[in-house]
Amino acid sequence: MENPLLSYTLFLADNSLITGQRLSEWCGHGPILEQDIALSNIALDHLGQARMLLQYAAEQKGEGWTEDRLAYFRDEKNFRNLLMTELPKGDWGYTVMRAFLYDTYHFYEMTSLLQSKDKQLRAIAQKAIKEIRYHAQWSAEWVIRLGDGTEESHQRIKRSLVELWPFTGEFFETDEAASGLNANGIAPSYTHIRTQWNAKVEEVLALATLERPADGWMQSGGRKGAHTEHMGYLLAEMQHIPRSYPDAQW
Amino acid sequence: METINFEERFQEYVHSEQKVEPKHWMPEPYRKTLIRQISQHAHSEVVGMLPEANWISRAPSLRRKVALLAKVQDEAGHGLYLYSAAETLGADRADLVGDLLSGKAKYSSIFNYPTRSWADIGAIGWLVDGAAIANQVMLCRTSYGPYARAMVRICKEESFHQRQGYEIMLALCKGTKEQKEMAQDALNRWWWPSLMMFGPTDKESTNSAQSMNWKIKRKSNDELRQEFIDKTVPQAEFLGLTIPDEQLEWDEKTGHYRFGPIDWEEFYHVLKGNGPCNKERLEARNKAHDDGRWVREAANAFAKKTQERKGEHSAA
Ligand SMILES: [Fe+2]
Ligand SMILES: [Fe+2]
Repeated sequence: MENPLLSYTLFLADNSLITGQRLSEWCGHGPILEQDIALSNIALDHLGQARMLLQYAAEQKGEGWTEDRLAYFRDEKNFRNLLMTELPKGDWGYTVMRAFLYDTYHFYEMTSLLQSKDKQLRAIAQKAIKEIRYHAQWSAEWVIRLGDGTEESHQRIKRSLVELWPFTGEFFETDEAASGLNANGIAPSYTHIRTQWNAKVEEVLALATLERPADGWMQSGGRKGAHTEHMGYLLAEMQHIPRSYPDAQW
Repeated sequence: METINFEERFQEYVHSEQKVEPKHWMPEPYRKTLIRQISQHAHSEVVGMLPEANWISRAPSLRRKVALLAKVQDEAGHGLYLYSAAETLGADRADLVGDLLSGKAKYSSIFNYPTRSWADIGAIGWLVDGAAIANQVMLCRTSYGPYARAMVRICKEESFHQRQGYEIMLALCKGTKEQKEMAQDALNRWWWPSLMMFGPTDKESTNSAQSMNWKIKRKSNDELRQEFIDKTVPQAEFLGLTIPDEQLEWDEKTGHYRFGPIDWEEFYHVLKGNGPCNKERLEARNKAHDDGRWVREAANAFAKKTQERKGEHSAA
């Protein structure tokens, strides 16, 4: 088995990478130029974080691993990202609702990592926390705007919320590796993050005049590499050039 | 009599190299010409995002992915500055965008060519941004103040884009045989369309003389094209690539490269809408606009509600 710190670093890295990959699909296609720019900016932040984390993971793996080899030459079953991050981008409401649910979680996760006993994770969290706070604010504002906008926007974003909700349970799962890291002060307590997340999500949904869905059956599997059908297509597109020319430098 | 006087004074004013500002008096045709030129330029920035955005999801390294995304985002920013500059002349951004979406307004034809391989991203940065720079450096000194100032900001970013594009080409040319072929193929396809970016030859160019007299333009299409060729040929040589023009030749006497005839028939065809991607590009812009309608409506409705609630507050 992989060492727990490496698994955990890859979990964080893959969440950022896949989120950045999905969000960047909006570039050139946003509802208005200003928001096209805002979302591209956010995608850039996620990709920047992904690079730092993948570089750290590569360092841990040694033996000629690099950020690019991790991004382009790992197979689907070795990606650990949350299932929610790989779902197709949907409409603007779906994108901002997903961003809100994930960004809020990501914000509390990274805030906790500011206290991590692992020096590198702590440094990455310090570098990224400001932009992650902005992401969470930006997406919360959009959820409120669409929830409390027109009848159409309310219906659309409500549907997105209901569709995305079953993917939030996975946020707070802790496997053996993660709980070990938590005991060592490296990874945060996801039980604690859940409490913070719940409070914030309820507050924002209320402002958006949206009802919090009940916690029913939750989807799971991303951490273990059991992904949705969407993941294969995402990776095929992302990885195909380096894999077609495995000896090439770009 | 009055008007003639104004126009003469305007002409003297621009000839003394002073900037025209939004509140100044200006001849109507000057205003119209600028609105047309600046909005076309804005549309080009925005439509120009599409062929490159195509490759963000497929960029072959994370470093390249981030750089490309940032570049395409810059182009959106350029579009915004330019729409704002057009608005200082009394144009309305929504109307200008409407003209783009209906196909009435033009944008640079270069973006109606497809991006077929990763090397196209290098070639576009190198050649297309390179040709844009030649034009835009000149426009940094254009007579209309807001346009000139927008160009100064834009030019800085464009030269960064060009270096980035050239660096992609360099990596490919130093790479495997397939990579080098990819680079040559991209140069073959983008070379002539890039030369066409400067517009028709001076003999054919109808608007040029007036624009030069108003100091909107400061160099003719042919001058700019020649400058671009002179600068680019040695760069291609350094890459070890061959420019697809058998008549290309250094002319000792003039100190310029001589080049073969440009296929203007192709140019006019693409201009008329028959380019390989005219339809896709306009469809993509229209789709983004249509899909975004409910979002813009919701944002406006919410802004109005917020305003009303504030009003209720202060009334109470
Ligand atoms: Fe630009
Ligand atoms: Fe550019």
